[in-house]
Amino acid sequence: MTTSTHDPRVVASPEVAAARQGRSTRSRRPGGQRRPPLRRDGVWPWLFVLPLFTGVAVFYLWPIVNTAYLSMTRSGPFGGSTFIGFGNFTELVADPQLYTSLGNTLVYTGIVALGIPIAVYVASLLNLPGLRFAQFYRVLFFLPYVAMPTAIAMVWRVMFNGDFGLVNRALGVVGVDGPYWVSDSSTAIVAVAIVGLWSSLGFSVIVLGAGLKTIPPELYEAAELDGASTWRQFRSITVPLLTPSIFFVTIITVISSFQLFDLLYAILGSANPVLPQSMSLVYLFYREGFVNNDKGYAAAVAMVIFLVIGVVTALQFRMQRRWVQDV
Amino acid sequence: MTRTPARGATRAAALALGVTLLAAGCGNGDDTGGEGADSSGGWTEPAQDLAADITYSVWDQTQVAAIDENLAAFNEKYPNIDVTVNVTPWGEYWTKLQTQASSDTLPDLFWMNGPNIGLYASNGKIEPITGEVEAGAIDPASYPSSLVDLYTVDGTQYGVPKDFDTIGIWTNTALFDKAGVDLPTGDWTWQEFQDTAAEISEKLKSDGVYGAAGGMDGQTTYYNTIFQAGGYVVEDGTSGYATPEDQAGIQFWTDLMESGASPSMQQLTDTTADQWFTSGKLAMYWGGSWFRAALQDEALAKDVTVLPLPTDEEQATVIHGVANVVAASSTNKEAAQALQVFLASKDAQQQQGDAGSVIPAFTGTQSAFTASMPDANLQVFLDAVAYAKPLPVSNNSAAWNALETDLLPQAFSGAKPVDQVTADLAKQMDAALAEE
Repeated sequence: MTTSTHDPRVVASPEVAAARQGRSTRSRRPGGQRRPPLRRDGVWPWLFVLPLFTGVAVFYLWPIVNTAYLSMTRSGPFGGSTFIGFGNFTELVADPQLYTSLGNTLVYTGIVALGIPIAVYVASLLNLPGLRFAQFYRVLFFLPYVAMPTAIAMVWRVMFNGDFGLVNRALGVVGVDGPYWVSDSSTAIVAVAIVGLWSSLGFSVIVLGAGLKTIPPELYEAAELDGASTWRQFRSITVPLLTPSIFFVTIITVISSFQLFDLLYAILGSANPVLPQSMSLVYLFYREGFVNNDKGYAAAVAMVIFLVIGVVTALQFRMQRRWVQDV
Repeated sequence: MTRTPARGATRAAALALGVTLLAAGCGNGDDTGGEGADSSGGWTEPAQDLAADITYSVWDQTQVAAIDENLAAFNEKYPNIDVTVNVTPWGEYWTKLQTQASSDTLPDLFWMNGPNIGLYASNGKIEPITGEVEAGAIDPASYPSSLVDLYTVDGTQYGVPKDFDTIGIWTNTALFDKAGVDLPTGDWTWQEFQDTAAEISEKLKSDGVYGAAGGMDGQTTYYNTIFQAGGYVVEDGTSGYATPEDQAGIQFWTDLMESGASPSMQQLTDTTADQWFTSGKLAMYWGGSWFRAALQDEALAKDVTVLPLPTDEEQATVIHGVANVVAASSTNKEAAQALQVFLASKDAQQQQGDAGSVIPAFTGTQSAFTASMPDANLQVFLDAVAYAKPLPVSNNSAAWNALETDLLPQAFSGAKPVDQVTADLAKQMDAALAEE
């Protein structure tokens, strides 16, 4: 049954075909009666959507439209703007800060994304049958995710202290002379990314753990009978069947990494001299808009961030077809 | 030239009108606006039964106790004005205020500082105090003149300081004793300071102790040395950083770091100068008078004394102070101004001073501050008023403050030559100033 519906050749009815092409999947009522076309429902369906749509429109769509407009203005600190077309964008494209912050954001995203394979491995360990205190370990991994980023940042900042920090003390024990993590332009973004990886691990582990629960245990039993090793089972059953969850986690991680601000701001501190070399895209936005009071230019930075995240996410969805299993 | 509308009449009208009093208050308040053409005095003390709910926004939680005392005294005079104090931490205060200003929902009365006064005043967001001054309710002569100037934008006075701070050298005498270095007495020169700092770093190297700490922020460090060298930071819309005087003021800190008298730039980023000092690892810390509050519960406070800043071409220190300003958009301007006037009064500032968290600005109310650490010679901060220069600001100070924090560290650490960095800074700063 499961296989037949996934095989295009055995599609029987036009309704199912329609459903597979993404049109209305509700074209049949349980009783088999044909459902009347949507347009005859009048205003009712829209009223049901209205509460949610109002929120989205007021808090997401309207600000996006407004930001797009603002990005084409020269705007004072208290509003009051003049339209200048694409002036901010031409200035931004020539601004070296944009490329520095884009580069840093990519480095950060890359390091944090390394957490996903780690999370897959940890999640499958936590999911081993008969593991004692599994719930306890889950809580342990999830705690950083629910802790306030600022609180996390303050603790890590102390640990990263070059002279007196725990990290360099620990490195000293094994004979490594650690750098001034947060005040050296070559390590600052790496230090922030390590914290980012650590604090996002919990979320990925929980989502992937839920994904693991959907894999039928019979598959493992069968594989074991066929003599597959644990590693082989992990590689050939767990990972492929987990790909939808991995995909979801990747999308979320990448989007949130591109929005890096609070961790960086709190770990490095606003008076840090390496900030110009270590800032992220969103920090550039903050700095232009709220420190230099150049709201129009900041809006242009925001539009670039919007665009970059849009493109990266679209790319990921395209690539999804290559590696995500159709479960 | 002063118009004196009969107070009795106002009061009678207010009594008669009862609930419409608020509206009357508004109308009255609007008259005091910047127009100036129709009214000469503009401000009269409101009736004591004036009823209003007003908000007062501040950023320092440690001063709330003193503010509550002030408000209790204020309410004895105006029992029907209900004041809500909103404390927003420093980090978010200015972001929030800017949002409120954009939507004309500013608190009725709020704290203002030097770097931001130009921005808010030049955009018409705050109410001048011209009326109160002309009516004699506030006398600018009672406050340090450099701070009165700080809150004068394009010839119009927007507030008077509620407190002030100057810069001195907080000194750990125990470390001087340990190093066997004599404590300097009286005025001293740049060279004497550099030598003393280097000597302590040298002698106490094994303890990880430093003589002094280099510059990270202008107000407590390099603005002072720039003024001492005879330079300026910003004047008539141009930057002073390209001048030889300013370069000398910056070079001072580069030398201090290069000689090993100060921790490195990275060390100071990881652990700030005040933390070095409070943990007993720094002998001399250039800090504001506000640092006294941080020392209150520290064990090392008994070893602390204050030295005046060293002198080069001239004697100088930076002075700054917070002012209470009334929002131009306030709908309860009459009540807000009544509170503004009260907080500027000698009685209110004496209360602030006695509470011990700040140095009040009103002349003659500062004795409680020096008495709070009798052995620490806090008088240095008060004497400094005589030769103090106001914190350099412009209409959008934040834009070039960001340039300073971006560029100057390269000069301090020796990564780039001082003259190259200052020339670059002057150029970028001039561009930022031209946009104001």
